[in-house]
Amino acid sequence: MHSDQEAIKKSIRSYMVVGALLLVFTGVTVAANSFHLAVPAAITLALIIASIKGTMVASVFMHLSHEKKWIYGSLLLTVVFFIVLLFLPLLTVAGGIGKPTGAPVVAHESGAAH
Amino acid sequence: MEIPYTVEPRPDSGLANGKLGIWLFLASEVMLFGALFSTYILLRVGAAEWPHGELSIKLGAINTVILICSSVTMVMSWASLKLNNFSKGRLYLLITIVLAAVFLVNKYFEYADHFARGEGPWHNTFLAIYFTLTGLHGLHIIGGIVVMAYLLGPGAGLWKRNPEQYTNRIEYTGLYWHFVDLVWIFLFPVLYLL
Repeated sequence: MHSDQEAIKKSIRSYMVVGALLLVFTGVTVAANSFHLAVPAAITLALIIASIKGTMVASVFMHLSHEKKWIYGSLLLTVVFFIVLLFLPLLTVAGGIGKPTGAPVVAHESGAAH
Repeated sequence: MEIPYTVEPRPDSGLANGKLGIWLFLASEVMLFGALFSTYILLRVGAAEWPHGELSIKLGAINTVILICSSVTMVMSWASLKLNNFSKGRLYLLITIVLAAVFLVNKYFEYADHFARGEGPWHNTFLAIYFTLTGLHGLHIIGGIVVMAYLLGPGAGLWKRNPEQYTNRIEYTGLYWHFVDLVWIFLFPVLYLL
C-alpha cells in the first residue's frame, strides 16, 4: 500500500508535466495556423500535433501505457473496425455498394450515348 | 447479494468489471465519433469549396485549454482519493465540473452567435457537420457533468462505506472524461483551423 502511494505521488508530477505539454501543443497548433500553410501541409501538421496530444492523454491520463492485455485486445479490435469504417466511404464513392454483383457500375452516368 | 469484482480484479482478466465495462463503452464511442469523422472526410473531399474562418479560433482555443485543465483536475481527483485525501479529491472533482460548465457556456455563445446570423445547421454542409459533431460532443459533456455531480453529491456517501469502490468509480468517470477531451483535441483543428 505504501509503495502504491509512492507511485501515485510520482505520477502526479507526470500529470502536471503532460498537462503543461498539452497546453504548449495547443499554442503551437494555433500559431502554426497563422503561417497560412498550403491546405495539405496544414492538415498534416495539425493532425500530427493532435495525434501527439491524443497519445499523451491516452497513455498518461488514461493509464494506457501500463494496462492489462484484455484492454489492449479490445482496443486493437476497435482500431481494426475504425480503419474499416474510415475506408467504407471510399467503397461508396467507387460505386461498389448497393449495386447488384456483376452489374455495370457507372455506365448510365458517363454519357455513353455521346 | 453483493455484486462481485467491483473492487478486486477478476482472476481471468485481471480487471474489475467496471474497468473492462467502461473501456468497452469507450470502444463503442470511438466507432460513433469515427463514423462522424468519416462523414466529415467524405463531405469535405466531395465539396467543390470548403468555408474557412467561419468559427472563432479564440473561443475554440479557450475551450481546448479549459478541457485540458479539466482533464488534469479529473486525474488529480482520482490521485487524491488514492492518497486517502477525500476532501481534496472532492475539490478537484468540483473544479472539473465548473470547467465543464464554462466550456458549455462558451459553446452557448458560439451557437447563439451563429443562430443570430441565421446560420443554423441548414445553412451549409460545413455548419451541418459542425453542429452535429460539436452538438454530440456537447451532449457528452452534459453526461459527464451529471455523473460527476452525482459522485460529488449523493454518490459521495460510498466513500464512507467502501472507499476503494468510490475511487474506482472516479477512475471510470475519469476515463470517460479524458475520452471526451481526446475527441475535442481532434475536433478543434479539424473544425476551427483547417
